[in-house]
Amino acid sequence: MAWRDSRRSRQRLLLFMSAIVLGIAALVAINSFGDNLAQSIDDQARELLGADLTVSWSRAPSPKTQQLLKTTGRDRAYEVSFASLVSIPKTGGVRLAQVKGLQGNFPYYGTWEVQPTSAIQTFRQAADRVALVDDGLLVQLGAQVGDSVKVGNLSFLIAGRVTKTPGQAAIAATVAPTVFVPNQFLANTGLLQRGSRVAYKYYYQFAPGTDIEKFVKTVSARLDKEGVNYDTVDGRKKQTGRSFADLTKYLSLVAFVALLLGCVGVASAVQLYVKEKVTSVAILRTLGASGRQAFLIYLLQTALMGLIGATIGALVGSVVQLVLPRVFGNFLPITVETALSGPAILGGIGTGLLISILFSLLPLLAIRNVSPLRTLRTSYEDDLSGRDPLRWLVYLLVLGFIVGFAYLQTKNLMLAIGFTAGLTVAFGILTALGLGLIWLVRRFFPTSWSYVWRQSLANLYRPNNQTLILVTSIGLGAFLIATLYLTQGLLLGRVELSGSGKQPNMVLFDIQNEQIAGVRALVTGQKLPILQEAPIVTMRLSDINGKTNESIRKDTSARPPKWAFTREYRVTYRDSLISSEKLIAGKAPYQENGNAYVSIDKDFFDRMHLKLGDTLNFNVQGAPIQTIVGGTREVEWNRVQTNFLVVFPSGVLEQAPQFHVLMTRVPDNKTSAVLQRGLVSRFPNVSAIDLGLILKTVDEILAQISFVIQFMALFSILTGLLVLASSVVISKYQRLRESVLLRTLGASREQILSITVVEYGLLGLLSALSGILLSIVGTWALARFVFEVPYRPDGIPLLIVTIVVTVLTVLIGVFNSRDVLTRPPLDVLRAEA
Amino acid sequence: MSILRVENLTKTYSSGGRDLTVLHSVNFTLEPGDTFSIVGPSGSGKTTLLGLCAGLDRASSGSVYLNDIRLDTLNEDQRAAIRNQYVGFIFQNFQLLPTLTALENVMVPLELRGEKGAAKTAQALLDRVGLGQRGHHYPTQLSGGEQQRVSLARAFANRPKLLFADEPTGNLDADTSATVVDLLFELNREAGTTLVLVTHDMELAARTQRIIRIKGGTVILDTKERESERVQE
Repeated sequence: MAWRDSRRSRQRLLLFMSAIVLGIAALVAINSFGDNLAQSIDDQARELLGADLTVSWSRAPSPKTQQLLKTTGRDRAYEVSFASLVSIPKTGGVRLAQVKGLQGNFPYYGTWEVQPTSAIQTFRQAADRVALVDDGLLVQLGAQVGDSVKVGNLSFLIAGRVTKTPGQAAIAATVAPTVFVPNQFLANTGLLQRGSRVAYKYYYQFAPGTDIEKFVKTVSARLDKEGVNYDTVDGRKKQTGRSFADLTKYLSLVAFVALLLGCVGVASAVQLYVKEKVTSVAILRTLGASGRQAFLIYLLQTALMGLIGATIGALVGSVVQLVLPRVFGNFLPITVETALSGPAILGGIGTGLLISILFSLLPLLAIRNVSPLRTLRTSYEDDLSGRDPLRWLVYLLVLGFIVGFAYLQTKNLMLAIGFTAGLTVAFGILTALGLGLIWLVRRFFPTSWSYVWRQSLANLYRPNNQTLILVTSIGLGAFLIATLYLTQGLLLGRVELSGSGKQPNMVLFDIQNEQIAGVRALVTGQKLPILQEAPIVTMRLSDINGKTNESIRKDTSARPPKWAFTREYRVTYRDSLISSEKLIAGKAPYQENGNAYVSIDKDFFDRMHLKLGDTLNFNVQGAPIQTIVGGTREVEWNRVQTNFLVVFPSGVLEQAPQFHVLMTRVPDNKTSAVLQRGLVSRFPNVSAIDLGLILKTVDEILAQISFVIQFMALFSILTGLLVLASSVVISKYQRLRESVLLRTLGASREQILSITVVEYGLLGLLSALSGILLSIVGTWALARFVFEVPYRPDGIPLLIVTIVVTVLTVLIGVFNSRDVLTRPPLDVLRAEA
Repeated sequence: MSILRVENLTKTYSSGGRDLTVLHSVNFTLEPGDTFSIVGPSGSGKTTLLGLCAGLDRASSGSVYLNDIRLDTLNEDQRAAIRNQYVGFIFQNFQLLPTLTALENVMVPLELRGEKGAAKTAQALLDRVGLGQRGHHYPTQLSGGEQQRVSLARAFANRPKLLFADEPTGNLDADTSATVVDLLFELNREAGTTLVLVTHDMELAARTQRIIRIKGGTVILDTKERESERVQE
C-alpha cells in the first residue's frame, strides 16, 4: 500500500531524498577520508619521521650523553639547523630561511623528492659546496637549479629543488623554507656563533627487529633530565594521528551540519507532502484504515526513500573522498591511499535512514488525526496544528540523536553537548529572526505600497508560507560562509594591525655584542629609526626557593607546571618598564644589597604560584645566578615588541653569552631589500624578519585553510540550496494554482513575474541578512574573547554573500515558477478543488 | 453591438498522436444584458466552450469577439487585460486565493488594474453579499456557501460586462445553492451584466433567457433559434 500510494508522488519524494543524498555524501566522504588517513598514517609511519628514532636538543647535553648519541643505532644522520638570511647573488633576492647542515643518509625511510633526483647523491657525497633548496624559496627569490645561494660567508651551488621532505607537510615549507647544505661546510659560514639559536638533531636507523621503544625507555630519564627531546615512530604516529583525528572530527561536524540542514529540508518536505496527502488519508480512514495504519503507510514511504537516498549518498560520498586528499594535500605529511571504507558507508546509510525517519516523524504524527469526515465535506478542517503530546517525545529523540551522533564523531561528551547547544542556539536565533520578521511584516504592513509589493510581502506571512524554513536553512548557510570570511579578515586584520602605524615591521636578531654598533650604524645610515633594542640571554630555571623540580613534584601543595623547569627562558635586562608593560605589584627590575630583583609577567607569575620575595635560581649556560622576585607587570603580548616573561636588572647579565634584537620600521619593500642585502654582506649571521613577508605568508596559509573550509562549507551551501529548491518546488504547486487564477482574473505576465521576484528576493535577502547578523555576533565574540582584538567587520564580503544568496534564491524561485508563465489559464477551470 | 459573438468555433486536442475534436463549429451571439446557459452531459465540451469565450484558451479554428474585440488575434497578456476589463468569473470550486483574506480576494481584480479605493469597493460588495463582517477571514475559515458568495463579490468587483459562471452551485447543498443563485441573478440584474452559465442543473438553466445544449462538442439545441422559428411560423 505504501509503495502504491507513493506512485504519483515519487517525484516530490525525490526532492526530500536529494537532501539526504547530499548530507550523507558529505558525511561518508569525510569519514572515509578519516579512516583512510588513519590507515595511511599507520602504513607510512616511518616515513613521517624519516628514521626509526630522532633525538634533538638546543643546549649541548653532557659529554657522556653525547658519546651515547654518537654511537646509537646501526646508522645515523646528523643535522644542525638555525634560521638565517640567505641570498641569491644573481637576483639579489634575500629571505629568512631555515638552514640545515646535514651529514649522513637522511632520510632512511620515505622519499625525499628532489629534482633532479641525482642531486641527492651529489649532496650526500658532500665533496663540493652544493645545496638543496625548497621549491618555495627558489620561486620567491627567482632562483633556479644551477644558480648559487649565499649562506653566511659561503656560496653554495644549488644542485636540486626540494618538493617534499619526509615528515614535513608542504605548508611547513611556506612558513620556513629550508636550504640543505652539507654539514661539514657549516662552520665556515660564520653563522654558528656564541649565543646563536641552533638546534641539533640525530636521525637513527636501527637493525631490523630492534625494539626501539624498549631502547628509548632505558635512556629516556637521562634525556629528559638534560632537556634532550626524542621522537619514535610510534610516538610520531600517535601525535600525527591525534592531530588529524581532530581535523577529521571537526570536518565531520561540518558535514553533520550539512546533514542537519538536509534534515530541515526533510521535515519541511514531509510536512507539505502530508498536507497534499490529507484527502488520500481521509479516504483510507473512511475505508476502515486506522490512524496507526495510515501513519505507518507514510512512515514506510519516507523510510524507504530515506534508505535509497542514504545509499546513493554513501556511493557519492565514496567517490568524493577520492578528491579529498588533493584538497588537503598541502596539510598532509603523508600520501593518503584511498579505498572504500565499509564502516563509513554502512554508518552513512544507517544515519540517513535514521534521520529520514526521525525528522519525518513530527509532520507524520498529524496523519493520525486526519478525520474521515473530509471525504464528505471538503471544507472540514482537521486539527493538524501538531498539539500532539507525542511531539515532545519526538523533540527529545531528535535532541538525543544530535548529541549521540556528535558524541560518536568526537568521542567527547562535553564537546557533543556544546556542539548541540551551539547548534540549538543558532537554529533558535534564526527561528526567532524568521518569526520576528513575519511579525514585523504583519505589524507594519505598508498598505500604501503597490499591489505587487503588497502581494509579495503578504506571501511572507500568509498560510503555507515558507518564510521560517527558508530563513533557517538559507540563513544557516549564509552564517557559515560569512563567519568564515569574517574570521579570516579578523586574523589578517590582527597581523595588519600589528604592522601598521609606527609599530616596528622589521626585527633584526642574533646580533652579537661586537656587532651591535655596526648594525645600528647600518640602520640609521639608511635613515631608518631604531624603535627598540634589547639584549637577550638564554637560561633555564634550576630551582624556586631552593626546591628543584624533583622536590617540588613530591610536594602536594600548589606547584608550578613541569615545563617551568624544562623550558628555555629568553630574558633581557634593564631598569625600567617599556610602553607595552604596566607595573602591577612591587617594582621594576632593580639591584639592592647585591641582590638582583627581577620582574615577572603577571600571568606567568600566577601560573607559577609565585609570590614577591621568592628566590629563583637560573642556570645561565652553566653559571648559576640567584634572583629574587621583585615585582610583576602586565605585558601587551599582542604588540610587536620584544616582550619577556622575566626581566633582569642591569649590571647582572652583561657578561653572559647573549645576542641583541633590534627593531625598526622600513617604509617599503625596496628599502627592506637594501637593508637585508647590507646585513647579509656585512653581518651574515644576523637574521631579519620582515613582517610584511609574514603578513603575506599568513595570508597564503589562511587562503589555503579557507579553501579547505570553503570546500566543506560547499556541502552546507549545496544542501541549503537544495532545501531552498525543494521548498520552492513543493510550494510551486500551490503557487502555480494561485498564479494561474491571477492570470484568469487578468494579471499580466509581468505582474506575476514581479510578485515572484520580489517575494523570493525578500526571502533571500532576509535569510542572508539573518545569517550575516548571526555571523557578526559570532565573530564579534571570537574577536572579543578569543583573539582579543578590536572588531571591525569587513563590509565587502558580507555584501557579496548577501547579493549572491539573494540572487540565487530569486533565480531558483523564478526557474521553478516558469511553468506559470507558460500554462494556459484554462487549466484552473479543470483544477481540483 | 453584440457583447459576445462566436463564429465557427472548433477546438481539437492532440493526444498520443491522435486528434480529438471537442467542439465542432459552434456559433452564437449574445446581446448586452442577456442571460444564457450552456448545458450538456459531462465531457460534452461545455467548459471548453466557456474557456474559449472568456479568452482563457485559443481555438483551433473560428473566432470569438468579446465586446467586438477579436480574441484569437491577441496574445495571452492582451487577453488577460481584456478579461480584467470586461469579464468576471465564478467557479464550481470557488477558486479563492488561499493566501488572501476574503476582502483581499475581492480586491484582486481592482488591484490588478491599479484602481484606487479597491478596499472600499470590495467592502461594499462583501456587505452586499452579506459577508461584511467576514472580510478578514481566510478562505479555509469560511463555509462553502460563504466562499461562493466571496467569489460572487469578486466577480462583480471590476464591473464586468460579461460574467462566466461554471457550475456555480456544483459544490453546494440545496439550501445554500438557492441562496447563492438568487444572489447571482439579483447582482446580475442590478449590474446589467450579460451572464453565461455552464450547468447540469436544468432548473437553474431555466432561469436564463436562452439555453444551448451541447453533446459531443456539437450544439444540438439553441432555444433562441427555436423561438425565432416559432415567430417565423
